[in-house]
Amino acid sequence: MKGTIFKTTAASLALITTLFAATSCANASATNETAPGTSAPETGKHYSIINVSYDPTRELYAAYNEAFKKHWESEHDSTVEITQSHGGSGKQALEVANGNPADVVTLALEYDVKAVQDAGLIEPGWVSEFPLDSSPYTSTIVFLVRKGNPKNILDWGDLARDDVGIITPNPKTSGGARWNHLSAWAWAQKEYNNDETKIIDYIKKLYANVLVLDSGARGATNSFVENKQGDVLLAWENEAFLSLKEYPDDYEIVTPSISILAQPSVAIVDKIVDKNGTREVATEYLNYLYSEEAQRIAGENFYRPSNEKVLAEFKDTFDLNINLVTINDFGGWDEAFAKHFADGGLFDQIYEQD
Amino acid sequence: MAAENAEKTAPVISREGSTEIHAKTAGSKAVKIILITVSVLFLFVMLVMPLITVIYEAFRKGLAPYLEAISDPDTVSALLLTLEATVIAVVINTVFGLFAAWAISKFRFHGKKVLVTLIDLPVTVSPIIAGLIFVLTFGRQSVIYPFLESIDFMVVYAVPGIILATVFVTFPFISREILPVLDAQGTDEEEAAALMGAKGFTIFRRITLPHIKWALMYGIVLCAARAMGEFGAVSVLSGHLRGKTVTLPLQVEILFGDNKFMPAFAVSSILVVLAILILIVRSIVEYVGKRKKGENSQS
Amino acid sequence: MKTNKRLIPGFGISMGITLALLSIMVLIPLASLVVFTAKMDLSDIIKVITRPRVVASFEVSLLTSFIASVINAVMGVILAWVLVRYDFPGKRILDGMIELPFALPTAVAGISLTSLYADTGWIGGLFADMGIKIAYTRVGITIALIFIGIPFVVRTVQPVLEKIDPLYEEAAGILGASRTRIFRKVILPELRPAVFTGFGLAFGRCLGEYGSVVFIAGNQPYETEITPLIIMSELQEYDYPSATAIALVMLAAAFLILFLVNLIQIGNSKILKGGH
Repeated sequence: MKGTIFKTTAASLALITTLFAATSCANASATNETAPGTSAPETGKHYSIINVSYDPTRELYAAYNEAFKKHWESEHDSTVEITQSHGGSGKQALEVANGNPADVVTLALEYDVKAVQDAGLIEPGWVSEFPLDSSPYTSTIVFLVRKGNPKNILDWGDLARDDVGIITPNPKTSGGARWNHLSAWAWAQKEYNNDETKIIDYIKKLYANVLVLDSGARGATNSFVENKQGDVLLAWENEAFLSLKEYPDDYEIVTPSISILAQPSVAIVDKIVDKNGTREVATEYLNYLYSEEAQRIAGENFYRPSNEKVLAEFKDTFDLNINLVTINDFGGWDEAFAKHFADGGLFDQIYEQD
Repeated sequence: MAAENAEKTAPVISREGSTEIHAKTAGSKAVKIILITVSVLFLFVMLVMPLITVIYEAFRKGLAPYLEAISDPDTVSALLLTLEATVIAVVINTVFGLFAAWAISKFRFHGKKVLVTLIDLPVTVSPIIAGLIFVLTFGRQSVIYPFLESIDFMVVYAVPGIILATVFVTFPFISREILPVLDAQGTDEEEAAALMGAKGFTIFRRITLPHIKWALMYGIVLCAARAMGEFGAVSVLSGHLRGKTVTLPLQVEILFGDNKFMPAFAVSSILVVLAILILIVRSIVEYVGKRKKGENSQS
Repeated sequence: MKTNKRLIPGFGISMGITLALLSIMVLIPLASLVVFTAKMDLSDIIKVITRPRVVASFEVSLLTSFIASVINAVMGVILAWVLVRYDFPGKRILDGMIELPFALPTAVAGISLTSLYADTGWIGGLFADMGIKIAYTRVGITIALIFIGIPFVVRTVQPVLEKIDPLYEEAAGILGASRTRIFRKVILPELRPAVFTGFGLAFGRCLGEYGSVVFIAGNQPYETEITPLIIMSELQEYDYPSATAIALVMLAAAFLILFLVNLIQIGNSKILKGGH
């Protein structure tokens, strides 16, 4: 009797595995009709690339993909299809590291792209693969407040006041929130003359005022805009403008005295493009981000174009006189991450002593 | 019409006697009214209000934007993927449920309790963990990943992973429904048939299946319902590739995140309608099943 | 009830297929979790799961799940009682509605509960006027968990209640027992295993719930951060070892709860059979 059980178990294990593989392969081949070719580019080909990006770039890439498709198809005898994926920047990087077959990643910060590099998917040196440290557009951190600024929130110092409720995403999971945290830190550094105890004290007060700590920038925007939580949202400049565009009568933007130059990073996922034979189209996809057309699309979606000429066209939109620190003032991402966001780092300490 | 009337009156007649006895223990009218009111209020606030919210938000801007939202290509492909995963999950779980329930109820063996617990385990495993275990098993850091890569077979962040996760979360649904029925029925009839020389499949088809028919249907309905709505597990291993690995519940999440609230609720309303349809089917199955059972026991 | 292996055919094949599917779908994936965690030192695992934020999330998860399940246990008995013992118009609709939380995707439940209970929502607005916040607090989490857990107790108690012979109650009534006494001494002991089973199932389900809670929770560390969310955020921080270690604790809890439930259910099925 036992023998039969073992035999059937083994047999059905094998059977089910093959069945499953077969059905899934059928699936795979069904999608393969539109999937990338594996050989060198030829004419009349159809390319399909995946761009894994972070939360607030949804509208930007929806517009850019259309433009790129036109650009590519006018210059090549092949068609291209771009699949988007959005989520918290850290999570997205992790998924790519785990096997999400992204041809290109366009993430919120260098550190997240480095996580993909650490998984062995992107070759080191990617930062200099594209102009300007591979960040074709930049942004910064601003405050979004309710119309008329009823709580009179003007600068980082006001965020530590007892009567202020803050919405910011969680720096442990959200790229944007890390920029928020570092901006606040930069302001406090200047304000308190690098007195670390005073700085930490300030940061602690700031986080004590946080009402909802969403996992991503979009979640935070929703909590503030749709569910009306809190008095101020620490947001990507582009997110803030987007909310303003949708509800011009409900919100206004406050630019703090000091903020950070947020540099989202783009990179080609070498392992994947080599496997899919999509390196050429993927490279062009990222290169074209620096074209005037794409830079204008970035500006229209409230990202600061890196092209000076295009940026000047948007001088009425952006506060170009804002005082910006950069990540290098924190000694680069590795150092900043280890100090502030790693397990047991400053952010954890702030919450633990609560 | 006549048939409907007959349906309505039949249970009342058969129940009259017992209702009378119940009435005494059930207590005064006041208690009855209070309890019914409490129940209705509770269900209204907890279950009906959320549904009304979904429908209200979905149609807030009128019919045209609603239709536009639900005919979006991404939404349509999400619907198809959801249906595909649901159908496959139901098929696999039906096969499993029938064999498992047969093995557990008709034979005695060691470790039965452990086996039953293991089968039930997916229901209480957090959906997040359900997704995580498949990422660990089939993802890049798994030992079998190089093999999967060599045959160019993606599991996680692809359709097979979504199907696997869906099967996992609905795994015990069908066996759980059949098992009590088979247990209660005992083994006498099957034994008699076996003594008379009937083959396994014949015994199953002629004796067991009629008994469990309705429980099986009920299980399938529940399984389909749960499979359609799975969110957490699928969310972990989907990769959110738009138009490719996005199911309807994920599409709701994506639209919600895109600040497209009306479309998010519009897509939700598809799921609400599916849920209500399933509940109606379930009620019919249960009702017919009970009636059939009643007839059987009377005859 | 004696069963005979030799008499009924098909043990080998049915057991074989059962074990095969169980292995592929459940055991091997779950084993990979155990294997992955086994790579860590025990001291590391303990360090991870005793981190204050993790412990706080256990607290939040256990507390909200417990309260939600208690409420569901009480309401479940009332609902089952109403559905079994009373006749009233619309009863079948009420009965059919119970499974709605099963059929409604958790994400949909999450967004609709959030918009309903936020300060701007229909119900949340009422409470906001009284100065009570529901969404983004533990109360909000509890409400989402009540929603998720409704069917469990009702559906386990209902069949038992149907099987309890009213003659016992009748007899007790004739002997002069009061209604509350009848309920306490005759009905409740019969229902108890079913209520515990339903409670256990609901509790297990609530502990792991993610989709509906994440929208309404507010996700504040120490305050409204549930354990599944911690696992998710550990995953998002590339911290696989921590995520799996915490997941393993939850898995052990789930297994324990289920095992207890199955033990209780043996008592339960005796009652069900006795009613025949």
